[in-house]
Amino acid sequence: MKELLSGNEAAARGAFEAGVLVASAYPGTPSTEILENLASYKEVYSEWAPNEKVAVEVVVGASIAGARSIAAMKHVGLNVAADPMFTFSYLGVNGGCVIVTADDPGMHSSQNEQDNRYYARHSKLPLIEPSDSQETKDFMIKSFEISEKFDVPVLFRMTTRLCHSKSIVELGERKEVGVKTYSRNIPKFVATPAACRVHHAELEEKLKKLEEYAQTCDLNTTILNNSDIGVITSGISFQYAREVFGDTVSYLKLGFTFPLPRKLISDFCSKFKTIYVIEELEPYLETEIKAMGINVIGKEKIPLTGELSPQVIRKAFLNEEPQYNKPTPERVVARPPILCAGCPHRGIFFELSKRKDTVITGDIGCYTLGSADPLNAMDTVICMGAGISAAHGFAKAFAKTDRKTKIFGVVGDSTFFHSGITSLIDIVYNKSNVTVIILDNRITGMTGHQENPGTGYTLMGDKTDIIDIEQIVKAIGVKHVSVINPNQLKQVREVLDEYSALEEPSVIIAKYPCALKKLRLEEKQSFNIKPSKYVVDPSKCKKCRMCLKIGCPAISFNEETGSSIDENQCIGCSVCSQVCSFGAITKVGE
Amino acid sequence: MIMTETTSILFAGVGGQGIVLTSKILSSALIQAGYDVKMSEVHGMAQRGGSVTTQVRFGKKVFSPIIGKGEADILVAFEKIEAMRYVDYLKLKGKLIANDFKIPSAPIFSAKVKYPRGIFADLEGKVYTKRVHAAEAAKELGNMKVQNIIILGVLAKVLGLNNLDWKSSIKKEVKPEFFDLNLKAFEAGYYM
Repeated sequence: MKELLSGNEAAARGAFEAGVLVASAYPGTPSTEILENLASYKEVYSEWAPNEKVAVEVVVGASIAGARSIAAMKHVGLNVAADPMFTFSYLGVNGGCVIVTADDPGMHSSQNEQDNRYYARHSKLPLIEPSDSQETKDFMIKSFEISEKFDVPVLFRMTTRLCHSKSIVELGERKEVGVKTYSRNIPKFVATPAACRVHHAELEEKLKKLEEYAQTCDLNTTILNNSDIGVITSGISFQYAREVFGDTVSYLKLGFTFPLPRKLISDFCSKFKTIYVIEELEPYLETEIKAMGINVIGKEKIPLTGELSPQVIRKAFLNEEPQYNKPTPERVVARPPILCAGCPHRGIFFELSKRKDTVITGDIGCYTLGSADPLNAMDTVICMGAGISAAHGFAKAFAKTDRKTKIFGVVGDSTFFHSGITSLIDIVYNKSNVTVIILDNRITGMTGHQENPGTGYTLMGDKTDIIDIEQIVKAIGVKHVSVINPNQLKQVREVLDEYSALEEPSVIIAKYPCALKKLRLEEKQSFNIKPSKYVVDPSKCKKCRMCLKIGCPAISFNEETGSSIDENQCIGCSVCSQVCSFGAITKVGE
Repeated sequence: MIMTETTSILFAGVGGQGIVLTSKILSSALIQAGYDVKMSEVHGMAQRGGSVTTQVRFGKKVFSPIIGKGEADILVAFEKIEAMRYVDYLKLKGKLIANDFKIPSAPIFSAKVKYPRGIFADLEGKVYTKRVHAAEAAKELGNMKVQNIIILGVLAKVLGLNNLDWKSSIKKEVKPEFFDLNLKAFEAGYYM
């Protein structure tokens, strides 16, 4: 049967058909749908782990226990998970194990565009790079075979355009492989220095065998045309190159890119006058091929930054530029992402934006948009967890001066579980006067509503016990903890004032569900949420524009008539009515 | 219309307008008719009211899933500013299907700039433009959310491929309780 599948759906399908039994991940664009799709196959145990390091450690354990297992994450997630991966490569597997890295060239939804192919070289793992959905499914199955045959975990690299592009896939049947026998094997699986000195040497031998395998395996293919030019490429870049050059060049399309099949490459290169290496982001292939003494053309023509495309290749190699009609600049207005109408983060950032002499260290999630106009209430965003730990660093640096700036660290609920807890321990144990604000919107919002340890449900839909953020914070030793409703601005202001006057750590838990979340009955009841709308009374509106300062997309302003609220967008959070000094905004029906 | 080897259709709009569903119905109909199809979308920030695009390419054999500037045969814009923003993706002889519908963005609703005037007259001077009043038709059908399927109906007409079974693709992609409404919406667009 044929279906149109995204790369992520195909990765999940491949893992399913390969007989995977255990899957773990932390959501992150563009990787999220891999586990969401795996969870639809009841034969596979699938879970959201609190972070990527935990996810990889879970699948390491499952692999050693004998089950085929898979972990998936976005590129920056692999930074978090690098620790177990670098040692697991030494130990080797029992059941086959695949780690998926979904890179984001062009940074569609990421804070950097690191090229994770280098991780394969660095951690000495075989690297597989598919170029469309069919290959993603086929290569995934192959990856499990390679993992077991060579006794190594496999790094499987995808990119945004592969993850989120759909193409036709021929579906196959699941092959049950069961759980292999496990018995204690201390020299193999206990990573002591003595054992790992042996393992490192063994791994180097495995890599030699893997390179031999790569010379002939069908993951690497050659397409010969009558041409003077040979193109070496991998992943989605192959599709772009093929689009541009068609049958006018020959191709060495690499699907197995570490260890590189050096003989295959030099044989290919010997057939052509000119060799182009076409790859997105870093000169990963180019550097290796040049080190073999082969002269190739690559990054001198193709940019190191941003997403590759047929257009970029066409301009670089053929000097062809497309013809088109340009938009009229004065008729195009930017459409930046903003906090949604009714977003519970708005109240916190609005109150923070009004305070003078503050530092607000932010974190990764929808609430990064607290940095956007008109709120502009953020100083830094780095990575998950830094919203808390960087605040501690600010506090310790300012302590060396006479600066009295109040420091707030802002983090989301899922991010707090991911890597905020250890950061908060640092603040408490090493005593810094920071107020941490945990924006607990009862879901992992940014990636499209995944469950997390605070929501009470698992990825597979089972009910489980909620991990209570307030209790964790108290157990760490924070003496000043308040749980507030962020839509109640007076409450927000009062607690910010109170905690700003303290000389020791404090935590505010702003607890209110995401405006887009499909609420369960118990949530509607516990937060007392009833659908309502707010409306502006034009006779009372003084056109002061105060309500525009909260940056709500449901409110628009007209010089003649003042503010108005789009009833289709308003969900009744009431924040605008609280900022209006003239009582012009009221609840419909009151 | 005359098809080059691979046909490229770019959909542009605002998060929440149903662009992904529209592209899915189109892709599903194309696959059923035996074309090779690639469809590309980008997730993430789009849900927060940002500008959204999806791209559908079909033909005998499709390589790249993405469409660059000057490469689209058809641009389907669900909102006026978005039509202007992405008009450079159209080939010089490409066709624009644009919804006569305004969604203000942050600089507009915060009264920093006004919603631009004269977009359609400007676009008509640049490219072949098919202006669609999907909001009015949707209002008549009693559900503003079906604007996307009305626009799909217009696209079906412009594409002119008589080998596509639109009805069964709509049936496949929408919830059963909304099938009749969506079919009416499609027909409203097709005969617009």
